[in-house]
Formats: sequence, structure tokens, C-alpha cells
Amino acid sequence: MTEDVIQLLTPEGHLIEHPDYPLDVDAGLLRTLYRDIVLTRRTDVESTALQRTGELGLWCPVLGQEGVQIGAGHAMRPSDYGFTTYREVGIFHVRGVDPVELLHLYRGVTHASWDPREVGLGIFTIVIGSHALHSVGYAMGITRDGADEAVLSCFGDGATSTGDVHEAMVFAAAFNSPVVFLVQNNQWAISVPVARQARVPIAARAAGYGIPSVRIDGNDVLASLAVTRSLLDRAREGGGPAFIEAITYRRGPHTTSDDPTRYRDEADLGQWESLDPLDRLVRLMESMGALDADFVADVDAEADALGARLRDAIRGMGDPDPLGMFEHVYAEPHVQVTADRAAMADYLAAGEAS
Amino acid sequence: MTSLTMVQALNAGLRRALENDPKVLLMGEDIGPLGGVFRVTDGLQKDFGEDRVIDAPLAESGIVGTAVGLAMRGYRPVLEIQFDGFVFPAFDQIVTMVAKHHYRSGGITRMPMVIRIPYGGGIGAVEHHSESPEAYFAHTPGLRVLTPADAAEAYVTIQQAIASDDPVIYLEPKRRYWDRAEVDEASAISGSPWSSRVLRSGADVTLVAYGPMVRTCLEAAEAASEDGVECSVIDLRSLSPLDLDPVVANVRQTGRCIVVHEAPVVLGIGAEVAAAVSQRCFFHLEAPVERVGGAFLPYPPNRYEHHYLPGVDRILDAIDRVTAL
Repeated sequence: MTEDVIQLLTPEGHLIEHPDYPLDVDAGLLRTLYRDIVLTRRTDVESTALQRTGELGLWCPVLGQEGVQIGAGHAMRPSDYGFTTYREVGIFHVRGVDPVELLHLYRGVTHASWDPREVGLGIFTIVIGSHALHSVGYAMGITRDGADEAVLSCFGDGATSTGDVHEAMVFAAAFNSPVVFLVQNNQWAISVPVARQARVPIAARAAGYGIPSVRIDGNDVLASLAVTRSLLDRAREGGGPAFIEAITYRRGPHTTSDDPTRYRDEADLGQWESLDPLDRLVRLMESMGALDADFVADVDAEADALGARLRDAIRGMGDPDPLGMFEHVYAEPHVQVTADRAAMADYLAAGEAS
Repeated sequence: MTSLTMVQALNAGLRRALENDPKVLLMGEDIGPLGGVFRVTDGLQKDFGEDRVIDAPLAESGIVGTAVGLAMRGYRPVLEIQFDGFVFPAFDQIVTMVAKHHYRSGGITRMPMVIRIPYGGGIGAVEHHSESPEAYFAHTPGLRVLTPADAAEAYVTIQQAIASDDPVIYLEPKRRYWDRAEVDEASAISGSPWSSRVLRSGADVTLVAYGPMVRTCLEAAEAASEDGVECSVIDLRSLSPLDLDPVVANVRQTGRCIVVHEAPVVLGIGAEVAAAVSQRCFFHLEAPVERVGGAFLPYPPNRYEHHYLPGVDRILDAIDRVTAL
């Protein structure tokens, strides 16, 4: 990591203080973060296994990026709102999304998984960069409402090449919107390295919009928590948009359909494994005496129960009612949908009758 | 009743929507002090403030994309796209996000948004300022598409579009912007905009049109009547949903149907109307359904446009063809 990258927890497990981003670190906080990373990792492993056994059509692994996500998730207040990509499994977890609901999407029975009003998290879009604009619009509404809220807008290094992210930054700056852009630079847009997206550090893009930016160690859950919290506070207080580049690495494939051996140097992978977000947290907790065997066993048991619950819920799922696909195309009746639904119902009824 | 141009009628309708619902916001390029390039929003920023009539940066995807976020927050954004040919930078947000969001969210999150687009030709404009993109939007499930034919319609249907909980593409026939009609600003808004209107009843031929071609069809019907051919004229008004029952009922009486639009005929709205009429009026037809519209080419330089656009004579020519059989 270069000098401008903020780090509060080294890979060796040492705490570093930063004058701009103070953080009260106690055993309770560390246990919460530890548990969240372990459970997110278990959701990731179980979901990959469910895809490999044919129960899910796809899964987007998160391995390596849990630190930045768990930290950012905890930086949000319950009243804040988030927009994410499909890979923010750690943020889904912190905001209280049931992973079973998440897997319904990958099972192919729904397009979205949760009620945004309950978890303060928009349903994600698979089209890269689109939701950056939705984040800014939502934040414009917060300003108009005079609400004490802010928006966290998550996307990746690849998304910063899209026009919508550019326009989102333009609008956020123009309207001084309370939004924090959190870019997880995981080094890859599927197979294309970040160097193909930008010839400057991703964070340097923000200066062109007059938006302040910060680079953080994306495998450092404490840096993510402290910096994101500070910038969300600033946004709520009227300070306007900010931009975080979290430098991390996608250690798994882009999705379960991807084959990273075709483009990735395995030596790089080993290097990033040594920077693992959980390992460094464990080192710190051990040095503080905050990781006793009972706690570890309890979290492991909770993870096992979560895995079993996911397997049971997904393996037992039936297919949806065919007529369900006609629901919610419009909020109000639409004659073409009504006619097509009726035709399908007649066709199905005729098939059953014969 | 007040005599208003369509521009004035839209302005009055927007004003009333802003007055009636604090969640209604206007956003677009140059809609503030300038009042929009066609002056549809003239004076509205002065009266409702910069945070309800918002001059946006020059970025169509940004306008529609941020409006998605505003709608998620509970607002009812009414957007102005400056010209038909400038909607395509926002096409991704419209088709991928606006149209699908209610469906994707399982009915939890509504997208009550109106996207106003001046469309069509006939004003001698430079390229990208005269296009008719309605079929793209009408072909997209999740969107509603409305197009007023006159000022009285515009005053009512813009308010109905804003009141809809679904996203509405609102296509304003710019060549009719300066046509006047008597508008009743005092009356309550009633009736459904999602239906077609029979404007004239004639026993011989059914003319089906919408937006700018409604007036042209009424003029053609008048001319045909002088030659002894009586035409019905139906204004579709809503292109999604498409209310074809009145068309079918009318064609079962006349046996002849001509669909007229500015957009290219190939795979246009007229193709859907013709297919439905052929299927549902098969044993009543005296002639194949005719379509009169644009040729399959980009909108031409404006010195060609009176050849490109359907006019009264081309409609009369089609009437001759269907009545000759």
C-alpha cells in the first residue's frame, strides 16, 4: 500500500491511529466485525456450493472483499440508504437481508430479494453503473426533505468507466448531494485489469468533479468503518458528496461462470491472500485477548446453522406458479398484460383438462 | 373555457399538477429561466422555486437516472427531454430501470414518472429534432405511452400522466404546439386517458391515427367527404396500453382500415393495429389494412420532409386504394 492509502489495521494485526479518522476500538466491536465476516464468508461458500450442485443458476463470490463491505455496512446509520452491486454480500448481511431471500434471485424465482423500506437498501441492478444515478437522485430527495440521512453508493473500478457514473458525479456535485461513493477497486472487471479502466488511481477521477476523495486499504475493516462513517457524517451535515477508493482484490471468480485462471497471475493471488481481512482481525484480537475459544466456537456453530438453513431452504424450493410472472408489470391494470395473462391461463387450463 | 395553444395548455396542466401535489417535481435542460426551448415550462420556476423546477446538467441519462432515485424517495418527477432525438442517451435508464423497476421489486417500489418528449417532424428542424420513436417505448412492457392530439387533450392528459403510478412516456407532437383549442381549466379531471377516441363517424373507411396525424386525418376525412367517401377518425391517444376495441368495432362497420403515423411503417404501431384488425375483423374486411407513414429511412433533411411526412393527399390516395376494391 502506498502512503496515501489509509490503513488503521495492518496485515500483521497492529492498530494505527489516524488523526482524521479516530476510531474507538474495543473487544465488542471487534467481535461484531469478526462474526459478520465469518457469516458472510459462510454465505459465500454455501452459495457457491449450491451453484456447483445445480441448485442455483449463478453466484457472485465475495471472497477477499468482506473487510471493506462489513466496515462500510456498519458505518451506515439505520436511517441511511444504500445502493449496491450484486457482490455486496457483506453489506446485505449487516443491513439484515436474509441470505435465503438473496438466493431466491439466483434460484431464478424472483428478480429481487428484499423490501428496500425494511433494510434501507435498494434492490441491486446487474447493469454496471446504473444505480450510481439512482443513489444521487435519492440523495437529492433527502436534501429536499431536509432529512438527517445520507446515501452510500457502492460500485466497482470497472463501473467508473461508464457514462452513468460520470453523470452521477456531475449531478452529485451540481446539487451538493449527501452521497458517499464507495468504489471497491478489486483490480478486475471480470477479466480486464483496472489499468485498462484508468491511467490514474481511481480516486483521482473525483477531483475532476470537485468531489473530495480518499483511498483506503480495502482489506482493512477498521479503515473502511472509520472513513466511511466520517464521510457519511460529513454528507449528513451538508458537506456534500465524497468518494472512497477501497483497494482490495477479488480472490474468487467474477461469478461461478468465470474462469480466472485464463487471466490471473496466481502469484498475485497468493500476495492478496496474505492480506486477508479476517486474518489480520484475528491477529489483533488474539493480541488483545479478545478471541476466546468459546466465542470462536459459538460463531462457528452459528455459521454451520446458517449453512444448513440455506441448503434446506433452497433445495426444497419448488417452481413458482406460471401465472406469477404476470404480476406487477404495472402498478395499475394494463389491457395487454391482462389479455396475455388470460390467454396463458386458458392455455394452461386446456392442457390440464386434456 | 379559454383558447390556449398546446404549449399553453401543457404549461397550465403542469402548473396545476405542481399546485396540487408537493411531490411533483419538474426536471430537464433549460426549463428554468428560459422556460424550455418550446416555453412549455415558462414561468414555472419563478412561481414554484428552483428546487421544484430544476435546471439539470446537460445529461439525459443523468436526468432520468436521478429521477429513478427521486421516485424511490417518494417523488413524482416530470422530466423534459428537449427533443425526440436526444432521448437515446437516456434509453438505457428508461428501458432497463424505469420500465422494469416495479416488476423487479415485486410491486414494492413504484415509478410514478413522466418523461415528456417533443416528437415528430413538420417544423423544418435540423436532424435529430423531428423523430418519432414511439414504437420503441410502446414495445417495452412496464411503460405507458400517451400522445395528445390537441391542446384540450394535452391539458387533461398531462395531469393524468402525472397522477399515474406507472411511468409514462408523454410524446408531445411539436408541430401541433401552436394549434389552439378551447380548454376548460376550471373543470375537474375525469375519465381515463388509456383509451382511444372516436372523433368522427363515417360509414366507408376507418382512419386510425394519434398525435400529430389526428388533425391530418380529420382534414383528409373532410376532403374525402366532399368526394362522397365518409370516414371515421379514431385517435388512439394511448399507445400503451393500446385500446383497440373501438377500432375493431368501427372497422366491423366500415370494412376498411387505414393506419396513419409519421414513424416508418415497417414494424411500427400501424403493424400492431393492422394485425389486430386483420385477426378480429377478418370476415368484415372489404380490403387489406393500409398503412400510411414514413419510409424506412432516417428522418431526411427538412427540405424533403413534406414528401416524407404523410399528408392529406397520401391519405386520400390510400382511401382510393381501399375503396377501389
